[in-house]
Parts: sequence; C-alpha cells; structure tokens
Amino acid sequence: MSEGIGAAVKRKEDKRFITGRGKYTDDIRMENQAYGAFVRSPHAHAEIKGIDTSAAEAMDGVIAVLNGKQLKDDAIGDIITGWAIHSKDGNPMNVGAWNPMATARVRHVGEPVAIVIAESQAQARLAAEAVEVDYEELPAVAAATTALEDGAPLLHDNVPGNLIFDWEIGDEAAADAGLAGASHVTELDIVNNRLAPNAIEPRSAIAVYNDIDDHYTLYTTSQNPHVARLVLSAFYNVAPEHKLRVIAPDVGGGFGSKIYIYPEEITCLWASMKTGRSVKWTSDRSEAFMTDAHARDHVTKARMGFDADGKIVGLKVNTVANIGAYASLFATATPTYLYGTLLSGQYNIANVYCDVKAVHTNTVPVDAYRGAGRPEATYVMERLMETAAREMGMDPAELRRRNFITEFPHQTPVIMTYDAGDFHALLEKGQAAADVAGFAARKSEAASRGKLRGIGYSCYIEACGIAPSKAVGSLGAGVGLWESAEVRVNPVGTIEILTGSHAHGQGHETTFAQVVSDRFGLPMDNITIVHGDTDKVQMGMGTYGSRSGAVGMNAIVKAMDKVEAKVKKIAAHTLEASEDDIVIEDGEVKVAGTDKKMAWHEVGLAAYTAHNLPDGMEPGLKEGAFYDPTNFTFPSGTYICEVEVDPETGVVEIVQFTAADDFGTVINPMIVEGQVHGGVTQGIGQALLENVVYDEDGQLITGSYMDYCMPRADDVPSYVLEHSTTVAPSNPLGVKGCGEAGAIGSPPAVINAITDAIGNNNLTMPATPQKVWAAIQEVGLPQAAE
Amino acid sequence: MYAVNYHKPASIEDAVAAIGGADEAKILAGGQTLLPTMKQHLAAPSDVVDIRGIGGMTDIAVRGDTVTIGAAATHAAVAGSNEVGSICPALAALAAGIGDPAVRHMGTIGGSIANNDPAADYPAGLLGLGATIVTNQREIAADDFFTGMFSTALEDGEIITAVSVSKPDRAGYAKFRNPASRYAMVGVFVAKTGNGVRVAVTGAGEDGVFRHAGLEAALAGNWSPDAVDAVEMSADGLMSDIHASADYRAHLIKVMAKRAVAAAG
Ligand SMILES: Cc1cc2nc3c(=O)[nH]c(=O)nc-3n(C[C@H](O)[C@H](O)[C@H](O)COP(=O)(O)OP(=O)(O)OC[C@H]3O[C@@H](n4cnc5c(N)ncnc54)[C@H](O)[C@@H]3O)c2cc1C
Repeated sequence: MSEGIGAAVKRKEDKRFITGRGKYTDDIRMENQAYGAFVRSPHAHAEIKGIDTSAAEAMDGVIAVLNGKQLKDDAIGDIITGWAIHSKDGNPMNVGAWNPMATARVRHVGEPVAIVIAESQAQARLAAEAVEVDYEELPAVAAATTALEDGAPLLHDNVPGNLIFDWEIGDEAAADAGLAGASHVTELDIVNNRLAPNAIEPRSAIAVYNDIDDHYTLYTTSQNPHVARLVLSAFYNVAPEHKLRVIAPDVGGGFGSKIYIYPEEITCLWASMKTGRSVKWTSDRSEAFMTDAHARDHVTKARMGFDADGKIVGLKVNTVANIGAYASLFATATPTYLYGTLLSGQYNIANVYCDVKAVHTNTVPVDAYRGAGRPEATYVMERLMETAAREMGMDPAELRRRNFITEFPHQTPVIMTYDAGDFHALLEKGQAAADVAGFAARKSEAASRGKLRGIGYSCYIEACGIAPSKAVGSLGAGVGLWESAEVRVNPVGTIEILTGSHAHGQGHETTFAQVVSDRFGLPMDNITIVHGDTDKVQMGMGTYGSRSGAVGMNAIVKAMDKVEAKVKKIAAHTLEASEDDIVIEDGEVKVAGTDKKMAWHEVGLAAYTAHNLPDGMEPGLKEGAFYDPTNFTFPSGTYICEVEVDPETGVVEIVQFTAADDFGTVINPMIVEGQVHGGVTQGIGQALLENVVYDEDGQLITGSYMDYCMPRADDVPSYVLEHSTTVAPSNPLGVKGCGEAGAIGSPPAVINAITDAIGNNNLTMPATPQKVWAAIQEVGLPQAAE
Repeated sequence: MYAVNYHKPASIEDAVAAIGGADEAKILAGGQTLLPTMKQHLAAPSDVVDIRGIGGMTDIAVRGDTVTIGAAATHAAVAGSNEVGSICPALAALAAGIGDPAVRHMGTIGGSIANNDPAADYPAGLLGLGATIVTNQREIAADDFFTGMFSTALEDGEIITAVSVSKPDRAGYAKFRNPASRYAMVGVFVAKTGNGVRVAVTGAGEDGVFRHAGLEAALAGNWSPDAVDAVEMSADGLMSDIHASADYRAHLIKVMAKRAVAAAG
C-alpha cells in the first residue's frame, strides 16, 4: 500500500510548519500572563555577598523579584543527574549540588541568581538589569584538563580535585598486554570540540498555577514531557504528578538540549505559585548560548596496536570529559555508557580498555547532543584507523576490512552485543557510490587547479533505542527506558495513536501513522498521532538517542497486536468464523478464502455498540502497551568524504560526501534521507565550523553567531546517499534508528579527508581555514601541488 | 529594547531639527547594526531619526565619470545598479557580497561607513577608490573620513547624504569571509586611478580600515598579482582573535591582494 512502511509519504506536519501555523510555546498566551526575566551571573565563579532588589521592585510593572534562597526555603529541590556512575575504585561519583537559582555561589557565566516577574517582557528585562548583586569573584577554570591539575580552583566542596568520577570499562591488563605485543602502535591525542546545540526555537516555558485546585500546568519546549513531570514531582517538589500537567506543544528542534529540565522551567512553576500569575519566559539567543547544555568537550589519548597483518590487538583510551559546573540529567551517562561501550567500533577487537575522568569546570553543563557519546567514540576509532593505515602504508579501506566483525551476534569487550550488520557490504556500497576508483584522477585534476584533494573514511557503528530497562538499571540509570503507546480505534474506525515519544522535527505524525496504515490497510488520513501532553498520554520516556523508532514505534506495534487480536475476535464472532481464519487487509476484516468480510469501521462500531460481542468481552476498542527493548539497535555505515583544500588560504571545500547507512527497516525513505542530511550537516559543522570557546577566566567568547559558526547551506555539498540493510532482530519492526548517525559518522570522515589532502595528520576540529593553513605551513606543501 | 521615540523626517532640515530636539538622538538607516545593539541594551538613544524618507537619499546618479550614491541606498540597490556598474563594477560586486539578502535589502552604504566596523566591506571600497563622502555640512575625502575602529570624522548629528566615486582605470576587491559572521576577516580593495594606485585593507587592522603603502608601491611599479609576492608583510597592528591570528591575517592580506588584482584585470 502506497502509504505503508517503505513509502516516501510527504510529511503531514509540514503543512502547518511551512505555512507558519505551528503552535510553539511562545505562541501561547494565557489570560493573566506575566513575564519572567532572569538575573544572570556575569562571572564564571563568584560568591554571592548580597542581592539588592529594591530598585528593581520599585520599577514600572514589576510584580515580584524572587531569589534562590526563597526558592530553597520553599523546599524546591536541587537539580539531579539521572545516572549514578561509580569510579573504578568502587566509590560512588561526587557531583556538586545544583540549586535552580544560585544561593551562595555562582559557577558559570549565565547562571540564574534571581527572577523578575513583570507585566511585560520589556519591563521584566529592564528590572532584571536593576537588580544589584554583590559578587566576590573567585578564580575560575574552564578547561577540564586544567581543572584536574593541583591547585586548580575548586568548584564544589564535596568534589575533591573537581573529579566527579574516574570510570573504566574493559580489561586494562589485557589491553596493555595486547599493545605490548603489537607490531605497530598508533597513538593519537584527540580533542572533541565543545558545541552549542542551537535549536532554531529557543527554550521557552509558561507556568500556570491554579490555586483553586492547587494544580500546575507547564507548557514547555521539551523532548520528554513525562520525564519532565516525573522529575519536577519526584525530585524538585514542585507538585505531585497528578497535580502537574506538562505540555510540550510544537517544538522547534532539540538535538538533546530539550531533554533536560532546566533551572528556568522549575523557577517559572514556583514563581507562578508565588505570584498567582501565569509566568512566561522565553530564552533569547544570548541566553541560549550561555545556558542550554553544551556538548562533547573531550580530551583523549588513544593507543591502538596492530599485529603484522594489520589486525587490531589492543586499544587503550584515556579521556577527560568536561561536565561543566553541574551534572545535568544525562551528563554522567554520555561520556561513559554511551561512549566507552562503542569503542570496539565495527571491529573484532579482543582487548579494549577505556578510562574516563569526568570533571567539573566553570562552564555551562555539558550533556547529550545528537549522537551523545557515540560521535566521540567514533571519532576516536576512525581517526585511529585512518592514521594507522597511513602509518603502516596500507589502504585505509583494506585495514578496516581486515578487522570487520562478520559474525553476529558479536559480544564486544565493552558490554555491547551487536546483533546484526554487514560492514563489508556498507563499505563496498560506499566505495562504489563515491567512485573511490576514480579518486586518483580527480586528485590530479584538482592539483592542476592548484587545489589539494583528499579522501577520508569513517566506518561507524552506534547504539540506538536506549534501552532495556533492566540493563540500564544495573548500570546506574535512574529510570527505565521503555516506551508506551495507546491505540484508540473510534466507533467510526478512525484511529488515534497516543505515544510517549515526542516529535520536534522528526516527522512522527507521518511515520507513526504509516506503521498503523501498513498494519490495518487504512488511509493515513484516518490516523492521528497524539503526543506531548501528560494529560492525554499516560506515560512516556520521550525522544532522544534515536529511540522513537526503535522503542516508540514498537510500543505502537505491541498495542496494535492487542487491537488486532480483539478485532479478530469480534469479526470471528460476527462472521461466524474461526479467529484463526480472520485476516485484516486493505481496511477490511475478512474470513480467508471466502467473501465474508466486515469493513474496518464496522468492527469499530460493533465494539462500541456492544450489541453483539462474544460473551464476556468488554466493549470498546482501545489498547495500550509498554515496550521494553531487549537490546540496543546498532545502525552502522560507511561515510566517505572528499575535500579540496585551497593551500593559499586553508579553506576547505567538501566536494563530495557519500553516506552508506544500514538503518534496518526504513519506514519512510524521504524522512530518513532528511535525517541523514541534517545529521551529516551537523557533523560537518563540528568538523569544520562549530566551536564553543571560553577564555581562561570562564568568560564565553562565542556568545553569538558573530563568533559561533553554524553550518550554512553553502558549506555543504549535495549528499550521495546509499543504503544496505540488515534488519534489526531485536524488535518487531526491524528498525534501528537514523536520527543521529549522520552526526556520529561524519566528523572523522571530514578530518581524515583534510589530513589526507594536506599530508599532515596534526589537525584538530574545527578545521578552520587558519588551522588548516597552519598545518600546511608546518609540513610544507605536498609534492603534487607544488 | 528600551522605549525610544521614532522620527521619519522628509527633509534634512526636519532631520536636523529632530536630532537637535532630542536628549540623545541616533540616526537610523537600515537598522542592521543599530537595532541589534539597541536590542542588546548596548545602545539606548532617546530618539531615532530615520533618514530613509529624506528626498534624494536613495538616488544613484552618474555625472561624467563620477557616480553619486545616496547615503540610504541599500547594498542590494548598489549591487544591482547599472550606474554603479558603469563606473566601478568592483564596488557593485563588493556590495553584492555583504551579508545575506535580508541584510542587503535593509543595510545602507551610509550606515555602513558611518559605523565604520573594522570588518565592514564598504570602508575598503571607498578608501581604495578615494571616494568623497558628502554630508549635510561638507565634503570629506575618504582618506580623512575613516579615523579608526568604529570612528569617523563625522561630528555629532552630522548626516551623510551621499558618497561619490570617480571611475578608476581598474579596480578589484577580494574578501576572505569570517566563517561565522561572514564579514571580512580580511578584505583588500585595489584600484588603479589617475592619481595612482590605492590599496585599502579591511577586517585586519586594529585601527580599522587602512591603506597599505607597501602594496601600493609594488603595484604602482607592476600592476600584476605577482608583484604582491615581494611585498614585506608585517603582522604589527593587525588584529588577533579566535578566528585568525595577526600572522594569518598578514598572510591573507597578500593572498587577497593578489586575487583583487587578478579580479581587477
Ligand atoms: C547578519 C548581518 C551580516 C552582515 N554582514 C556584513 C558584511 O558581510 N559586510 C559588511 O560590511 N557589513 C555587514 N553587515 C552590516 C550591514 O552592512 C549594515 O547594514 C551596516 O553596517 C549598517 O548599515 P545600516 O543602514 O543598517 O545602518 P544602521 O544600523 O541604521 O546605522 C548604523 C550606524 O550608522 C549611523 N548612520 C546611519 N546612517 C547614517 C547617515 N546617513 N549619516 C550618519 N550616520 C548614519 C547610525 O546612527 C548608526 O550609528 C551585516 C549585518 C548583519 C545584521
């Protein structure tokens, strides 16, 4: 059927998005709405000696000025991190306490200290400027490696040496032994640059307190409204769950940054109760740069050993991860279980060891962002592989081929059990699509134009669909990571799907409907997806880690199984046939091999009129399910990047980018293509353009688009996309996930291509023209270009 | 943004009166620089006086071998102007390379040079061409107009009304864009005129746009990209920031100078 699984159906939601009729949090206006503006720390580290709000309180339109101490006095809880990590010595991690508004000390630029509530946004902002905070500045530290040094400024009394944990995975002795016996060891110092998420829609919240019912409603830019409600209730003491409704309406991009429940949302809820007014706050772009959780920021030393045949015999990775001033929700999971567990890559490696030191610094919290840990792991693996191939004088594709895992399931030494994949097929498809054979000719043609052309590979594997609840629980997760769904068939046969997954650009309203359409043979137009409201959908864990397909859609499948069973019972009863003979096809419920049938909507009607149901059957046609995955899913791919470098200026042009991906079953190839385009563009952004810079005193240098460089359309080429599919065995749909792969796989391909072009491997991300030019100066021009 | 009074006078006289009558007036043209600074509370004028409605302010006209461009002509208007093209295609091309379409359809030549951002394009073009800046009070040679980073010879309340440029023998502009802002990280405008060779550099100098004597001398002797190779390029007085060190900028000045000469033909 043309709208089912595998059809490139146009996105249902785009009509409202493209015509400007989406409804985002900031578009919503409440009747008695007031506005919040935060007073934020200009310092990276300082004691708060006093806060004088008298001038602000006297200003026009000001309703209240509230501070962190009042919030604490009302027993609003500290912000939590959701994953308890243990150090290798067995000790639990040490994280600093995070007050929603600072009470005694500020630890990063932009940290909220007070909130002004006023009649208009302009009044609130003006009054916020008039709040006088008496700070006593303290020495600050922004780089994680510096924060670990003796004598570095300390952020939290309970975190000695700023060290949150020193975690390990794998067998160190085995890795050391492997390296000791290696005939070649490749060693790299790697920096994974710090990024700012930059969703188009900035964060926003409207908190509505109703004193009659003692009930709160929060409209907010969330990727997971139920998780928001859970932590706001269970940890932040805002209100018990049944008295708190969280609505995440249309949300304009998240990339991870809208998973977390930030100080601002908590404060608005509390301020609404304090003032009896609805309180709206919408971040501006400057606030977003200072307060949205940043990403990556790893410093790594990696060593990979090979035997004489180029087989990997050992890998040892030591990483320092910057967590920022406070540990955000997934901050401790991202550089550990989402990173160290992927350090086997696509390769059969017996001995892998990784050690991660997580560190507090005077910077905004760092947390999961498109890829979350897997881009960092892939960058380590794929830079090592390319570098090793060059050092050993081997073709980088051949080196990978010799090490590919070919049998599944495959147990890596770092927890993961890969269940399916065909890495040889991906590499072949990628090479063919990229016309690798013609590269030499293209390189010499480029040289005739004075350009240095280079090619680079990245063969990534990542883990999506986080994750079996029992497994993550045993590894320290505070929650289970299932998903829930409800399938409501109306008496007229139309269907509402309630899902705990949240869409903020992914196209769920289309793909989820396709899965249902495919199952029952109904037109998509008869199917509506409901999400993003805790009063409508009972429970959900939300959207991140490419889990909406692998987990969310499979919850729908499970609920549909139940619906189907009931439909068959009703039809069998009505048509006087055996349940086993009932088939559902093209919107009809038929007795196989006969012309006896009911239209789909007739079954719906029968269920609700209940005039003639089997004895003992409940009326109605509505089923819910919770789906708990049995494994991660493992998308994989080969990315091949070709660049041309202008040796005079260091400018890099990506002239060709090929992505061959294995996402398992593809529900909608057009949407998948869009996800790859976006992901690869973000990865190219990291590789060439994006970089958060703090100076040594913790001042944010890249606080606007004048200095923080986002990829633009003309920075990227038209992509060449290929697929090679192995179905995911762990879930009924066979899907793996495609939301993050592009951002995970692409950065090393880009850097491998540039370093190939310039003949100098000493290059860090982002490879700005200045850095590339300097790298060329360091080694001189490659022969071909002279 | 703070509350502000908005005026849109139809004549220079009314504009002068509006400026004189205000506590602290700011001239407003395309608003592409002024409004963002006001939104960030970095500027807080009591009044803004929009000069775009003043008669003649957007006219572009050629007389003899000189083109006169109204101060409120947008970058897009200059880029697309046959008049500008007939006198100096390099200037039209420079305007076409400013910002993005939205900025080019709002931002003006007068606003750009009054602001004299050290990374702006027009200052290089006008200094390189030896243009004349016309105000409601006087005419100012480009050599005297640009007096340092974000500073000009304009008096308080003085209004630029036009810019006039005489036809060069040859002229070219090469811009190396800052990857993030896409302003000039280094921009070099070269012109061969009846009064000699002029080379103006923007985006690089700690004091804003400047003429480069070494490049001028080399190109006066030999108008060709190769002539640039021998020029001694010092990084002294050049900006260093997260995007480019002074050394890299010094290098880029040479590369852009060559490309500008090549573009000029
Ligand atoms: C996203 C973006 C990208 C940009 N990229 C570039 C770029 O690549 N290259 C570049 O050169 N510029 C760039 N700009 C700046 C742009 O060219 C602005 O238009 C220009 O700097 C200011 O012109 P305006 O007409 O908008 O002036 P306004 O913002 O209205 O005014 C700027 C200043 O000039 C004064 N002023 C304006 N008109 C007059 C006048 N007639 N007489 C006296 N004083 C006056 C004002 O009082 C104010 O101080 C960019 C701007 C943006 C927002």
